[in-house]
Amino acid sequence: MVEEFNGLLTATVFLPAAGALFLLLFVKGDRNVRTFAVLIALADMVLSLVVFGLFDRSEGADRFQFVDQMTWIPDVGLNANFLLTVDGLSAPLVALTGLLGMCAVLASWHINLRVKEYFVWLLVLQTAVMGVFTSMDLLLFFLFWELELVPMFMLISVWGSGRKEYSAMKFLIFTIFGSALMLVGIVAVFLTEGVGTFNMVELSTEATMLTSAGLLIPLSGLFWLFFAGFAIKLPTWPLHTWLPDAHTDAPTAASVMLAGVLLKMGGYGLLRINVGMFPSQTDRFAWVLVVLGVVSVLYGAVVTMRQTDLKRLIAYSSVSHMGLVLVGIGSVGISQGTLTVTGLNGAAMQLFTHGTVTGLLFLAVGLVYEKTHTRYIPDLGGLAGRMPVVAVAMLIAGLASLGLPGLSGFVSELLVFMGAYTAYDWPTILAVSGIVLAAGYILWMIERTFFGPQRERFAHLTDASLVEAAPLALMIVTIIGVGVWPALLTDVFESGLNPMVDVLNGVINK
Amino acid sequence: MSVHDFYVVSPYLAMAGAGLLVILLDLALPMRNKGLLPYFAFVALAGPFVLSLIQFYDLSGAVNLLQGSDAFATEDPSILLGTLSVDRFALFFNFLIIGSTALVVLGSTDYVRSMERFQGEYFGLILFSATGMMLLAAATDLITIYISLELTTLPLAALSAFLMNRKSSEAGMKFLIIGGISSALMLYGMALVFGFTGSTQLADISNAIGQATGDTPFGNYAIFVGVILMIAGFGFKLSAAPFQMWVPDVYEAAPTPVVGFLSVASKAAAFAVVLRVLFTGFFDVALDWGILIAGLAAASMVIGNLVAISQSNIRRLFGYSTIAHAGYILVGVAAGVKSGEGVFKTPEFAAIGPDSVLFYLGAYAAANLAAFIAITIIGSKINSDEISDYAGLVTRAPVLAMVLALALLALVGVPPTGIFIAKLYIFTAAVDSGLVWLALLGVVNSAVSAYYYVRIIRVMFTQPATSEEKITASPAPFLALGLAGAAMVFMGIAPGFVMEAAQGAVRALAV
Repeated sequence: MVEEFNGLLTATVFLPAAGALFLLLFVKGDRNVRTFAVLIALADMVLSLVVFGLFDRSEGADRFQFVDQMTWIPDVGLNANFLLTVDGLSAPLVALTGLLGMCAVLASWHINLRVKEYFVWLLVLQTAVMGVFTSMDLLLFFLFWELELVPMFMLISVWGSGRKEYSAMKFLIFTIFGSALMLVGIVAVFLTEGVGTFNMVELSTEATMLTSAGLLIPLSGLFWLFFAGFAIKLPTWPLHTWLPDAHTDAPTAASVMLAGVLLKMGGYGLLRINVGMFPSQTDRFAWVLVVLGVVSVLYGAVVTMRQTDLKRLIAYSSVSHMGLVLVGIGSVGISQGTLTVTGLNGAAMQLFTHGTVTGLLFLAVGLVYEKTHTRYIPDLGGLAGRMPVVAVAMLIAGLASLGLPGLSGFVSELLVFMGAYTAYDWPTILAVSGIVLAAGYILWMIERTFFGPQRERFAHLTDASLVEAAPLALMIVTIIGVGVWPALLTDVFESGLNPMVDVLNGVINK
Repeated sequence: MSVHDFYVVSPYLAMAGAGLLVILLDLALPMRNKGLLPYFAFVALAGPFVLSLIQFYDLSGAVNLLQGSDAFATEDPSILLGTLSVDRFALFFNFLIIGSTALVVLGSTDYVRSMERFQGEYFGLILFSATGMMLLAAATDLITIYISLELTTLPLAALSAFLMNRKSSEAGMKFLIIGGISSALMLYGMALVFGFTGSTQLADISNAIGQATGDTPFGNYAIFVGVILMIAGFGFKLSAAPFQMWVPDVYEAAPTPVVGFLSVASKAAAFAVVLRVLFTGFFDVALDWGILIAGLAAASMVIGNLVAISQSNIRRLFGYSTIAHAGYILVGVAAGVKSGEGVFKTPEFAAIGPDSVLFYLGAYAAANLAAFIAITIIGSKINSDEISDYAGLVTRAPVLAMVLALALLALVGVPPTGIFIAKLYIFTAAVDSGLVWLALLGVVNSAVSAYYYVRIIRVMFTQPATSEEKITASPAPFLALGLAGAAMVFMGIAPGFVMEAAQGAVRALAV
């Protein structure tokens, strides 16, 4: 039964999958397949930007917009809705997915092995991630969450390099383990007496939220079950070990999607479900998140310093940067006074900026690898003279990554630290030192790769072609745009996070 | 026997008639036109299907087609009272069995064409067996149940031996002998139940048991032994552990489409009769047999999944996989009973348990048939059922490999396929009825099963092909594959339709 149907989100989510099906059945010839995939990704990017652009950010606007709701499983035993909607938290992430999806397809232009199958998986992956960010029904959310696994597994294990099958299996097993725990949490929430719904909007409204009454598993247990699933995905130390392997062995486009949006699913889940549905537990365990976050930041940064493989280096730097998300989320736990939205906003901003920045880094590294056939840093050097466009892209991404003002990374890191300092001063100072380390490893990596004496064997290299430069340009524009005009995003994020903070304040000060 | 009686049994008559017609047509058709037989069998299935559909709409609010005044007319009373109950429960299985049969018939076209003789008999036997399965779902009398069961089993034994090579004959023999032993056990159990209750009709049995008030389990030793023997007999048909010995051998050697039929339709019919007998005949002692069923479920899940890991032959692997799935479904059967509150524990009916069983059977039928149709096509081209020979299949047959991969993921329980919803439904039912340990065991087992199913996908997608030759088939098996695949995904994306049908069916059971 249709209750409300806007259609925009349904189109945005399912367009790539529908395109994939059409591609599989009707499109012949490698060139046509590529062109068709690019067109689908382009259309979906436009749709996702329309979602972001039309999102009403004015005060007093509805919290959830573009609602598509209909009965999915009409049954008292298993009562689920098909409910797609965005709020201020998810709208920017939808736009991010559209942008990176486009980049990933463009970056795959040179794939020659089983071309059609490759693009089918890539497009299905995009539908899955879009679905995760827009569904507000736990069962539907879980469905998309699981759907993302298979395409990523295939992309890594078939089109990857190095120990690809091992890395793909490791990725699969880690994530399945996490989502199994999450599923237990979902079922336990559903079976709680008086709940009987998977509706996340209801479950995160103060009046209809889970309380400690009638639970099958205590609230803290539920919190940790969900946390496990999201922490593996984020990933946080000590559950991060799948990430360097998966990133290093994945093809460029898969790395871009993995770092750019798949990790964001973890951070998004923490904000949406752990903070949104279990505010009292978030308050209680916030210090654990901060500790894990700080350890991730520092551990990630130190290990990054030691890397000699370009992709592995960026992968470890992701662990470090995702630690900041945890610190930002943890900043809500002071249990006194009135909470502000700053830290959460920083965490959400960090999700977006890390997506664009790391996406750009992986795109540039992909190009370096494609042309030089090596990612081993000591073998590289002096590439800037041969490939200025790639070098500039790398430099901008690197500077954004270490938080240079005027680029997007600066905004999110500043917000996280401002939010966290009032609650936890010493841990915050430790986390800031992670940024100092970031400056070290990023600049050192760029210097060793792009500058220094030019090498003989790289003399024949050419710069990025138009198709290769297009995704770089797309990301650079986004990074600078957000850096110069952060309110473009922070306003939207705030409109989504403020209601959560209100609930938090209400629950804590009760 | 009144005219109305003929109307009540018309789907069964139509199904048996279709079988006879196919065999007769086989005599009349010249050799070069034998290829038309499967299409004729497929079209003939429209008969039972349409009649079931008419009965479905005729039922509307009523519980049972025999409840009307016609059935009790004094000058011409119905002879079916108490032996058959044509209700929504029976009709649900009619549709499930007719649908599975149609897919198996379509999927067999290429396979059967390579046989020199007995093509008509092949399809005839499948249709006769389907008649027995449909009757099983409606039977409410122990003798009718027994006869329907034999009608189901004997054609299947012949079909298992159909290839007439050493292994196939051995499989047929094994199926026949073990099936015979299980029937004998069941018959002995039925005799004991009859001895105590004085009736073979489930309604009378239920009344008699309600009055038994002994301290022993099941209230009385005769019922105790009787029910256990009957469950043991049914256990063979369900392919539940510890009665699973015949399964891997038959699955490995029987004709591939027959194995698909066996694992889907035959299993569904067996679950239908188990639900009907236990819930309408023996509900007063439900707390006693509930533990027994839970034990069988646990054993089947564990044994099926653990042994499947080490299999190298894909059909043997599916043999163990079907044992594991019988386990998951039994969890739902056990979840149909809830312990009532109060000092004297009385069983309470939890409809969500049987609901989830029916839904699971539908989802499993779609996924497993998709897998078996793919295996039939692949196996008859590469002449091997070894998993290692599936290497690089994605380059030789992309569509087949994709559908088979999807079916395998469905069997793991990955969304968006029907079995994901079905597993969620069954485990929710189990937690709801207080069987938390069984639900946890099921979840762990599902995770284990991912290993051996995904291994096949890995071989197909990541290992290099040993040959460049494309794998093709005629349109009919591909149509069947497409239908099964579509049903499998449809039930994952829009489960409401089948779920409502299942709930309607179980309501008929509860009255």
